Amino acid sequence: MSDLQNLYQQLILDHAREKHGYGLSGDEAASSHQFNPTCGDEVTVGVRTTPDGRVAGIGWEGHGCSISTASASLLSDLVDGVDRERLTASIAAFRELMHSKGALEGDEELLGDAVALAGVSKYVTRIKCAMLPWVALEDALRTSA
Amino acid sequence: MDAGNVVGCMRTDTLDPTALRADFPILSREVNGHPFVYLDSGATSQKPRQVLDAERAFAERYTSAVHRGAHTVAGEATELFEDARARVAGFVGAQPDELVWTSNATEGINLIAYGMSNASVGRGGAAAERFRLGPGDELVVTEAEHHANLIPWQELAARTGATLRVIGLTDDGMLRLDQAAELIGPRTRVVAFAHVSNVLGGINPVAELVALAHEHGALVVLDACQSVPHLAVDLPALDVDFAVFSGHKMLGPTGVGALYGRAELLNALPPFLTGGSMITQVTLDGAEYLPAPQRFEAGTQRVSQAVALAAAVDYLDAVGMPAIEAHEEALGERLLAGLGELDGVRILGPGPGVSRVGLASVVVDGIHAHDVGQFLDDRGIAVRVGHHCAQPVHRRYGATASTRISTYLYNTADEVDAAVAAIADARVFFGVATEGAAR
Repeated sequence: MSDLQNLYQQLILDHAREKHGYGLSGDEAASSHQFNPTCGDEVTVGVRTTPDGRVAGIGWEGHGCSISTASASLLSDLVDGVDRERLTASIAAFRELMHSKGALEGDEELLGDAVALAGVSKYVTRIKCAMLPWVALEDALRTSA
Repeated sequence: MDAGNVVGCMRTDTLDPTALRADFPILSREVNGHPFVYLDSGATSQKPRQVLDAERAFAERYTSAVHRGAHTVAGEATELFEDARARVAGFVGAQPDELVWTSNATEGINLIAYGMSNASVGRGGAAAERFRLGPGDELVVTEAEHHANLIPWQELAARTGATLRVIGLTDDGMLRLDQAAELIGPRTRVVAFAHVSNVLGGINPVAELVALAHEHGALVVLDACQSVPHLAVDLPALDVDFAVFSGHKMLGPTGVGALYGRAELLNALPPFLTGGSMITQVTLDGAEYLPAPQRFEAGTQRVSQAVALAAAVDYLDAVGMPAIEAHEEALGERLLAGLGELDGVRILGPGPGVSRVGLASVVVDGIHAHDVGQFLDDRGIAVRVGHHCAQPVHRRYGATASTRISTYLYNTADEVDAAVAAIADARVFFGVATEGAAR
């Protein structure tokens, strides 16, 4: 598989098209809008919480390249029914993966299908694209805590 | 400091890019296993050996403080620095005292805006009266401007109470001259616009806009970043009041650019940056300033870069700007024709038949510009993706980002064809076209 095919795996292209979790209802407990000024891509991630403060799920809206779109879609698959601590660990693991310059394959336990984005770490100019929704979730979690 | 021999051309009206490429070491490198195809000169150009050598030769033999030291080498360096100014000024038809060194075009526009800002709070005395702004005054820009020719005017308006007015664009990427004629009036104090839009590529009607501005006594500021490197430009003949351009887009180094201004205006505009080497007399209470251009060149200047920029214009002159213009026009037409044949590819800016430089920005339906650029990069083809520091013009045409292919004297028709073919193949790769259907 070439680097390019590794970057754009079928799973990623599918997620970029299918956009799991797309849509915000407006009644999220917290949300965060993130913007990539170099390309104009933007994403808003909203966090839904249960009455006792646990994370019930996320929704997102925005527009961007296939990497940032797939990343948001993969992230929303991951969030369903996961507690905050585990989410924080997942975000940290994803950040580490993105900055690994191709050295890591990613922890499937923490990242699920989002390990498919591991190839992005070889492309320094694209890391920001993949990180965008994760940074938004991190920020939204902070404000909803 | 001789620019050296330019191998690709004997100063005729044609040029041989293949021969010129020998002067550009970077063009023989590989990227991702492919020959490097550099189609991002609108962002920054590559530099020929003659320019790299000039910068190094200066550093090795003449490094010293210009306009300060009294020793021999300082004198030689000052002479080379001023000689460089004369050559770069001459390249755009200007006198040496009409050319101020800046870091880049952005700094040049800010220099004008902050000079006017300083005039507006009373600096510069009676001579600066014409630069004074307040509520009721208007600044006019266009919707196609690079952020560098938009934000400084937004900020100037905010500081002075003046109003910013914007000339819109037609659906086919041209300035709305009808609207320009309505907007530019007795309240207009500045009309600032790009000679060539860095996204749309069309050559704007400078004469018409200058006539409208001057009819009402407004100053014209021309962003010549995308014209001076690619077209034979005579700034005084265009009758603009100020103009800016960047060295790194015209074979020169980064860190150096120029502001052109009519001498009478430069000598009346209050300085922007103040400090060493721009003064005549300084007391603890105040200072008097040197005439232009020194009054705008506070602090140690980018000396080796200025000398190297002079080598760059020598190189461009040796090839011949008419030959460069003709070469890029042919590449541009080939590019537009090739892109025009692709389904699902929308060209921003005027189509064939309108004077434009050799660049084209496209939106590929269903594929984000970053993904298009990534696909091209995999083949060693470098293009610009994103909003190219011009968000409003992208918004005008319903896009957040585009893919820009921009050519220069060293590009070949084969490279243009490779980029067009890669965009066609990207459509297949990303599943928006089927094999064979794309072109």
